[in-house]
Amino acid sequence: MTQLTMAKAINEGLRRAMADDPKVLVMGEDIGKLGGVFRITDGLLDQFGAQRVVDTPLAEAGIMGTAVGLAFRGYRPVVEIQFDGFVYPAFDQIVCQVAKLHYRTRGNVTMPITIRIPWAGGVGAAEHHSESPEAYFVHTSGLRVIAVSNPQDAYVMLRQAIASNDPVVFFEPKRLYHTKGEVDLDVDLADAPPMGLARVAREGSDVTLLTYGSQVMTALDAATAAEDDGVSIEVIDLRSISPVDYRTVTASVRKTGRVVVTHEAAREAGVGAELIASVTERCFNYLEAAPQRVTGHDIPYPPAKLEKHHLPDLDRILDAVDRVMDRPNSLTGVEL
Amino acid sequence: MTMTHTLTPTAEPATDTEDVARLLTPDGQRISDPDLERWVTDVDSSVLQSLYRDMVLVRRVDTEGVALQRQGQLGLWAPCQGQEGVQVGTARAFRADDFVFPSYREIGVNLVRGAKPADFVLAWRGEEHSTYNPYDINTATPQIIIGAQALHAVGYAMGIQRDGTDQASAAYFGDGATSQGDVNEAMIFASSFRSPVVFVCTNNQWAISEPVTVQAKFPIAGRAPGFGIPSMRVDGNDVLACLAAMRWALDNARNGIGPAFIEAVTYRMGPHTTSDDPTRYRDKEEVELWKGRDPIARVEALLRAEGAFSDEFAAQVAADADALGAEVRAAALGATSREPIGVLDHVYAEPHSGLEEQRAWFGAYLDGFGTDSEEAAR
Repeated sequence: MTQLTMAKAINEGLRRAMADDPKVLVMGEDIGKLGGVFRITDGLLDQFGAQRVVDTPLAEAGIMGTAVGLAFRGYRPVVEIQFDGFVYPAFDQIVCQVAKLHYRTRGNVTMPITIRIPWAGGVGAAEHHSESPEAYFVHTSGLRVIAVSNPQDAYVMLRQAIASNDPVVFFEPKRLYHTKGEVDLDVDLADAPPMGLARVAREGSDVTLLTYGSQVMTALDAATAAEDDGVSIEVIDLRSISPVDYRTVTASVRKTGRVVVTHEAAREAGVGAELIASVTERCFNYLEAAPQRVTGHDIPYPPAKLEKHHLPDLDRILDAVDRVMDRPNSLTGVEL
Repeated sequence: MTMTHTLTPTAEPATDTEDVARLLTPDGQRISDPDLERWVTDVDSSVLQSLYRDMVLVRRVDTEGVALQRQGQLGLWAPCQGQEGVQVGTARAFRADDFVFPSYREIGVNLVRGAKPADFVLAWRGEEHSTYNPYDINTATPQIIIGAQALHAVGYAMGIQRDGTDQASAAYFGDGATSQGDVNEAMIFASSFRSPVVFVCTNNQWAISEPVTVQAKFPIAGRAPGFGIPSMRVDGNDVLACLAAMRWALDNARNGIGPAFIEAVTYRMGPHTTSDDPTRYRDKEEVELWKGRDPIARVEALLRAEGAFSDEFAAQVAADADALGAEVRAAALGATSREPIGVLDHVYAEPHSGLEEQRAWFGAYLDGFGTDSEEAAR
């Protein structure tokens, strides 16, 4: 085990995947000499050369579309989208081509493309640099969508994503890039839990708190705070938001009978809406309170000085916990 | 300062359809073009005959497709009448191991690449998105999103570079697609990486109802040099010029020079698709003008002049076309739909728990109806 930041863990994941398979190449803007704006690809150019560490023109559709062609040719491109809000120009290539070519060709053409996206807010960034577009991709059949929350998962699941014959949208929370954790770099991928499995990040008995990626740390803090209030929260880190591991989720909900979902993305038709609908379908008879969402507001991502009012924090999560526990809360007496 | 070699000046109006390189006049006279003719010195009467035959076959598939749609057997058809010259001419220049990314209208390209009768109709019938395995004929599934495939061709060419082979890739798209970001980004990537890719722009004058002047005020071929890509503007109704231009472009790609761009100036004689009504937006006179430039009649005239168009040859080609037309028709009429549960196949390459759950539910739901024989017994 080694103490690594998430950024370094991802760097190591890329390095080892490239060393293991000559068909793996990385491509994106500024990923060569600069090592990427977050330095995630640091050192890869020196080690693997410009044929496998491809500094591309500044064109997201171009990066994604050429990755499709490389995949046609048998390569396994790992694409870096520089910031979450820059993925939209590549959206057509992702949802119409990357996601559908396997289906369109009845399995003859595979698209083993990993789309790495430095993701979400909380780092005081400029406009278009803090967004949470995951619901668009979760809604698109043919894609797998991963959101990691710690260095070990980032390392293992990135390697699993690259090894997968399916396209994977891989969200990396920017605000966790520099958090450290234990990483087993020599983990046997064959023995590691499959990429789609959720993780019980903290056990509890009163409330199931479902979350992923950037919000896992906040959720764990909320669980610790709730304990002082006598409420036991089970935190589930979904890790994969397409597919969702509903076995783990429903086992928890049947135990606790109460559900809170939290994510940074806006509420309307978000991942939280899907989670609650699915949990309600499966566990309605176990529920003792209406499930609650704690999300970003339905607004464009606000200016950096205001983002703390947008991002779900510990207090907003605890407020929702009070709602499912039928304690006094911000909605007490409010007609919705 | 040395500019990238270009065979086309950039300051002519896009509508000047006579400012093109050609080897065959509309009445079938063989003429000289120093840039083109050196690429087709091997083309004798027998090769011309085979080009003629391919074009006739393409037209027959196209005619059959329109008829099948009108008879309700196909949901839609995208006709290619008038474009047989550019499709057959350029496609005949490929090697089998080159890889082609066509649009939905490249019937002739797919025919030359080895598509089977069912491959022309089952997608339009709604049975499949793609009937063939792209790797069997080194041709991607026809692309419907306008221009998206230009990037795929460049990416494939980047893969060729990494593999160190002398293959090439190519993308086919129309004049309308040149307005798309993807096509422009494709030219930037191809130029920056000097990738072995050929862009074939079939300028058929119309993007559904929008004339080429909405896409381009200058000849489309004139854009490529601005990206550092050499280009040719050829007569798309001259199959020989198209073959020559494509050989030049592929030679450029194979020898490490990089991408090339061909604008083939032609005309879509029919509608955009069978859902379209071109009488709303274009003049009869224009269509009549282009009838006189027919790519098949042009080669026939040349073959007659060379004494290589006998009644026997014509009859044989007609018979071959009839046979292919019948096979296309049989493929459409004989199509069988997949089992209902098959709608869920191949979404993912590896198991996906969400979809597996839906498959289990849908399977059980379907089973609830019982078999046909059980139904009949009730």
